[in-house]
Amino acid sequence: MRTLSRRAVVAAAAFAAATGFALAQTTEDEVLKYRRMIAEDNPGELWEIRGEALFKQRRGPKNASLEQCDFGMGPGVVKGAYARLPRYFADADRVMDMETRLVHCMVALQGFAPKDAVKTKFGDLNRESDIEALATYIAAQSNHMPIDVRLEHAKEREAYKIGETLFYRRMSKMDFACATCHADQGKRIRLQDLYNATNKKEIDNVMRGWPAYRVSNSTVRTMQHRLFDCGWQMRLPNVEFGSEWTVALHTYLSHGANGAEINVPGMRR
Amino acid sequence: MADPMKVRATLKGDTGEIRVLMNHPMETGQRKDGGGNIVPLHFIQNVEVKVNGRTVVEGQISQAVSRNPVFSFRVKGVKPGDKIEVSWLDNKGDTNRTETALV
Repeated sequence: MRTLSRRAVVAAAAFAAATGFALAQTTEDEVLKYRRMIAEDNPGELWEIRGEALFKQRRGPKNASLEQCDFGMGPGVVKGAYARLPRYFADADRVMDMETRLVHCMVALQGFAPKDAVKTKFGDLNRESDIEALATYIAAQSNHMPIDVRLEHAKEREAYKIGETLFYRRMSKMDFACATCHADQGKRIRLQDLYNATNKKEIDNVMRGWPAYRVSNSTVRTMQHRLFDCGWQMRLPNVEFGSEWTVALHTYLSHGANGAEINVPGMRR
Repeated sequence: MADPMKVRATLKGDTGEIRVLMNHPMETGQRKDGGGNIVPLHFIQNVEVKVNGRTVVEGQISQAVSRNPVFSFRVKGVKPGDKIEVSWLDNKGDTNRTETALV
């Protein structure tokens, strides 16, 4: 049985080597075709609609809407705000990305306890996430604008440096760095292509489309979730929502994609 | 009241293409929630498309259709400005209706 299966594998490998090029091309074409098809009716738009309603609705112990939330362009300005994030906020004395800032506003303006504000940070089939809906709406207000992370404040430059260091630093029991998967060309896990963050075109393509509707999750996911999930895959201790670890990496990646035109919600596997 | 749906109606030649993105959990009655309890059947039963008040599509669908379903219909003999109305009824009696103009 064992020899047989090994022989089968060898035969299959030889076949793949002979037809590899043609096979890879048609598979990729098919995947692209599928992506185009589903992108035309991105269910993420439903999150955007729900997010807009949530944004304007009076909620929380203080019965306030999020319309006065300052995303860095002044209170109440959401248009173009996402393109400039992450950035330094003096009132919190730290660098924040959009999701972190959103939670900050839910606490400061709406009076939610920090614990309650992030209770539905990631949605599932049983419970929709307010944060995922709100994040989609806010990010979509920067659609068609270029990502423009400026690193003007010392803390922003510090976050960038930390992010860059973390990106290349091998961590946890698997001894994985982000760079282990995301710094070489043409790597993949099964059929899933891994983007190369050191390639400008590839990082642009990734960063312009978050938050993204993830087909395998049946929900919109934020960059905070992506980083949390990468952390889990690297077997890091639980990565906290809005932690400095996530914001530093987000700063590094967003800055790397400066100039990329935002197109939210994106569509991912 | 159900969450909004999104309708896009565009004219291509003499054929109108109506694309609908519906917001619905479409529970199959097979799935269990976090507590191990079966999530009851909850799905869209009837879909209806009207052009200027005249029914052009009337369909029954089942729990076999996925969550947040997308439908696309082609209708002949329509012109810009025609009123497109889409509605559905689910097995719990909940309904949703939206209308848009053909462009």
